[in-house]
Amino acid sequence: MIRTLHRWPGLVALVLVTVLALSGVALSVFPAADRLSAPQAVAGQNVADLAARVAATHPGLEEIRRSPSGRITAWWFDGGTPGSALIDPATGADVGSADPNPVERWLTNLHRSLFLDDAGRLVMAAAAAAMLVLALSGAALVARRTGGWRRWFARLRGPLAGRLHTEIARVAVAGLALSAATALWMTASTFDLLPDASLRPADPAAVSGQTGFPLDRMAALRDVPVSALRKLSFPYAGDARDVFTLYTDTGTGLIDQGTGEMLSWADPTPWQRVSETIYMLHTGQGAAALGLILGLVALAVPVMGATGALVWLAGRRGRPRLRDNAPAGRAQTVILVGSEGGSTWGFAATLARALRQAGQSVHLAAMSAFDPVRHPRAERFLILAATWGEGDAPASAKGFLDRLARMTEAPKAPLAVLGFGDRSFPAFCGFAAEVEAAARAKGWETLVPMDSVDRQSPQDFARWGRALGQALGLALELDHQPVRPAADSLTLVSRRDHGAEVQAPTAILRFALPKAGLRARLTGRGFARFQAGDLLGILPEGSTLPRFYSLASGSRDGFVEIVVRKHPGGLCSGQLLALEPGDRVQAFLRRNPDFHAGRGRAPLILIGAGTGIGPLAGFIRANARRRPVHLFFGMRHADSDFLYRDDLAGWKADGRLTELTTAVSRGARPHYVQDALRAEAAQVAEAVRRGARVMVCGGREMAQGVSRALEDILAPVGLTPAMLKAGGRYAEDVY
Amino acid sequence: MKSLLATLALTTALTLPGLAMARPVTLTTTLNNYGGDGAYLALYVTDPSGAYVGSLWMAGGKSKYYEHLTDWYAATGGDPAQINGITGASVGAGRTLEITLDLADALFDAGYTLHIDAAVEDMRDSPNEIAVPLTSAGAGSPVQGRRYIASFVYK
Repeated sequence: MIRTLHRWPGLVALVLVTVLALSGVALSVFPAADRLSAPQAVAGQNVADLAARVAATHPGLEEIRRSPSGRITAWWFDGGTPGSALIDPATGADVGSADPNPVERWLTNLHRSLFLDDAGRLVMAAAAAAMLVLALSGAALVARRTGGWRRWFARLRGPLAGRLHTEIARVAVAGLALSAATALWMTASTFDLLPDASLRPADPAAVSGQTGFPLDRMAALRDVPVSALRKLSFPYAGDARDVFTLYTDTGTGLIDQGTGEMLSWADPTPWQRVSETIYMLHTGQGAAALGLILGLVALAVPVMGATGALVWLAGRRGRPRLRDNAPAGRAQTVILVGSEGGSTWGFAATLARALRQAGQSVHLAAMSAFDPVRHPRAERFLILAATWGEGDAPASAKGFLDRLARMTEAPKAPLAVLGFGDRSFPAFCGFAAEVEAAARAKGWETLVPMDSVDRQSPQDFARWGRALGQALGLALELDHQPVRPAADSLTLVSRRDHGAEVQAPTAILRFALPKAGLRARLTGRGFARFQAGDLLGILPEGSTLPRFYSLASGSRDGFVEIVVRKHPGGLCSGQLLALEPGDRVQAFLRRNPDFHAGRGRAPLILIGAGTGIGPLAGFIRANARRRPVHLFFGMRHADSDFLYRDDLAGWKADGRLTELTTAVSRGARPHYVQDALRAEAAQVAEAVRRGARVMVCGGREMAQGVSRALEDILAPVGLTPAMLKAGGRYAEDVY
Repeated sequence: MKSLLATLALTTALTLPGLAMARPVTLTTTLNNYGGDGAYLALYVTDPSGAYVGSLWMAGGKSKYYEHLTDWYAATGGDPAQINGITGASVGAGRTLEITLDLADALFDAGYTLHIDAAVEDMRDSPNEIAVPLTSAGAGSPVQGRRYIASFVYK
C-alpha cells in the first residue's frame, strides 16, 4: 500500500517535480547573493535617519523599502518622471538599479506557475503535493527497509539504484517535505484560501493639517531600527491630509506629516505571522543559509527520480507480464508465487493459463502481497514457492509467514502448496514445507497434498497438475516449457588448469567482455555493470536449465572470469572444461548483491576452499583502496590446486591482500580451512570485534564447518555467526 | 506590440440617478516595458469634489493584492461589489488593455476625473498613475502615466 502510494505519484509527477526542484535550486542562490551584494547596513541606524538621508538626495521621494536580505531601495517622482535606485543606507546615495532581476523573475514564474498563471500555479501545487506524498510515504518505506525509525541510518544492501535512492532520501527527505508543505501553504494563501490578509490601521480621526516636519526628528520613525523596516510610504506632495505609512516587522502604522507622531497602528494577525514565516522558510528571503540548504536538498530530486524509475523498471522486469489477470476481488482461483529468480513465475503463468482455458477466473500475485480479505470470491488458493538459501523465503514471499501467523483464522477456501527446488540440496523445498506446516497448524483445509518440482522438471509439474485437476474435477494438462533466459555469447580468452593430479580437474576460465549497448550501459543491465560475487548463468548445450557460477571478476576488470571444477557426469562443467580459447558459450548475468564486498573500510575476512576462491580473488583484485583483507584458502595439494597462486603473491606485494593463510587437506597431516581459522582464533575474534566482515564461499560442508568454528572462536567476545548475519557482516555463497 | 483586447459593452457602467443618456466610450491603456510581471490596474471615476463615484474596470483577479492599488483601495475599502462583473486579467508589460463601455453623458464636461491606479509585484505601487478630466475636448488625446502606463486615451 505505502509502496503504491510512493510509486505512482513518483512516476507521474517525475518531470514536473524535477522542473520544480531544479528551478528551486537555481532560485535558492538569489537570497544569499542579495545578502552578499547588499550595501553594508549601518549599525543602530533608525528609520528617521535613513529617511532623512535618502530624502535629502532624492527630491520627490515616495517610498523606501527594505528587503529581507537588507537591500534598501527608494522610489521617487521628480519633475514628472519616476525614478528608483538601490540605496546605500550610510549616505542615502544611489548605488545601483532597483529593477527586478529578469533571470530571477523568469525562474520564479517557471517555478510557481510554468508561465501559465493560475492554471500553472495549480499544476505546480499538485506537483508539490505529489512531492509531499512522496516524501512521507518514502520516509515510511525507509523506516521499513532499515527495520524501524530508530535504525534510520542503518547500513543498506542491495542493488546500487535502490541503495542510492534510499541513501539520498534519508538525508534529503526532511528538507523536501518542508519545501513541499510550505509551497502548498503559499499556494493556498495566493488563492485566498487562508485568512492571512494584513490589517490596515484605522483611518485617523484627525490629522494636524501641517506639512514639512523634519524627517530626522519624527518620533515615530526614530523608534524604529532600520533592521525592522519593510516599507515607508511618503504622503503625496501637496496633500496636507495625507500621512506617512510605515510597515515594519511588528505591524503597520500611520504617521502625521506635520507632527511626526503615530496616528494609528495595526498589529499583524497570527495567521499573517505564520504565512510570513512560511514564506521565509520556503524562499530563504531573510534566511539565506536555510535557502541554500533547501536548494542543495532539492538537487537530490532529479537523482531520486532517476534511481526511483530504475528501481521500478527492475521490479517490473522481475516478473512476467500477467495477461488476463482477473481482479483480486473476482478471482475464483488465487495463485500466490514465491520466487527468487523468476522461474517460478513462469510455472505459475502456465498454471494460470491452463486454469483459464478450463473456464476459471484466476488471479496471480506475489506471496508477499497475500491478504485473503482482498479475495472474497476465492474458492481455492494455490501456492507455488521456491526456496532461498537454507529454507528461507524467496524474494517475492517475504513476510508471508508473518502475515499468516497474525491471522486469527485460516481462509475458508482450501489450499494446495507446490514446492520448487533442487533435490541435491539438504533444504529441498524447505520454505514450501514450512508454509505447508504453518497452514495446517492454522487449520487451513487441504485441497491436494503438498508436492514438489525438482530442478524445474516439467514432468513433476504435469503430475501435480493432474492431481490438482482431479481434485477440481477438471482435466488439467500442464505443459510447461521453461523459457530460456536471454543470453549473450561469451568467447573464451584463456584457461589455467589445475588439479589434474588430485583427481579434481579445475580451470580458471576467462572470457572476453561482450560489448554492451548504450541502453544496457545506461540501465546497468546485462554485462554492462557487474562485480565479483555476482552470478554467471551458463546455458549448456542440450538444456534450457542454466547452471550458476560465482564471478571472479567485475566489469571494470575488462573480462568475465569463473572457476569451474569438473563434476563426474556433470553436463555443464564437462562442456566448460572442454572449451578452448576461441570457443563460445551462452551465458547471462544474475546480480547477487548479498555477496558483494561492499565499499566500506572495515576489514574483510575471506574464507574459501577449492573453486570457492573465485569471487574472493575477485574482491582482492578489486581492492584498490587497500582495505585490510585476510584470506583463508583451503586446497587439496599446494602443487596441484593452489588456484591464483601467483596472483595472490602479487596482490600481497602491492597491498591488496594483507594476509594469506592456506590449509592443505591431502598429505600426512590433513588440514582444513576451518582448522586454519581455529589456529588463528584470537586474531579472527579481535578483527570481528572491531567490525570486520566475514565472507565465505565454497561447498556446503566447508561452510557448515566454518560456521561451527566461528561459533567457537567468537564465543569469548560474545558474538555468534547469526548475530553477524543479522547485521549484514556474515555473507555466504554456498553450492 | 501585441494588443490585449478586452472588449465588452456594458449597458451602463455608471448609473447616475436621472441620467438616462449614455455613449459608448473606448478606453485604451498601453503599458510600457517596465520589466516586471503583469500589472494590476484599477480604473475609476471621482466627482468634482474628488469623492469616489464608481469603478470602470479592474485588471487583476486576486483580491489580496488590491490593497496595492492604494487610492482605489482607500476609497472603496476593497469592496468586491464595486468591481463585480468588471474584472479581468492583469496586463503584461508592453501590452494594451482595451475596454469599451457605455458612459453616461452627464459625466463629461462636468468636472469628473478618470483615475488609474497601478501595481506590479516587487515593484513600486503607483496610485493615481493616470488622472484625466473627462471632457469632450480631451477625448482622443493620449496622456502618459507616471510609471507603468505609456499612453492612455479615451474616445
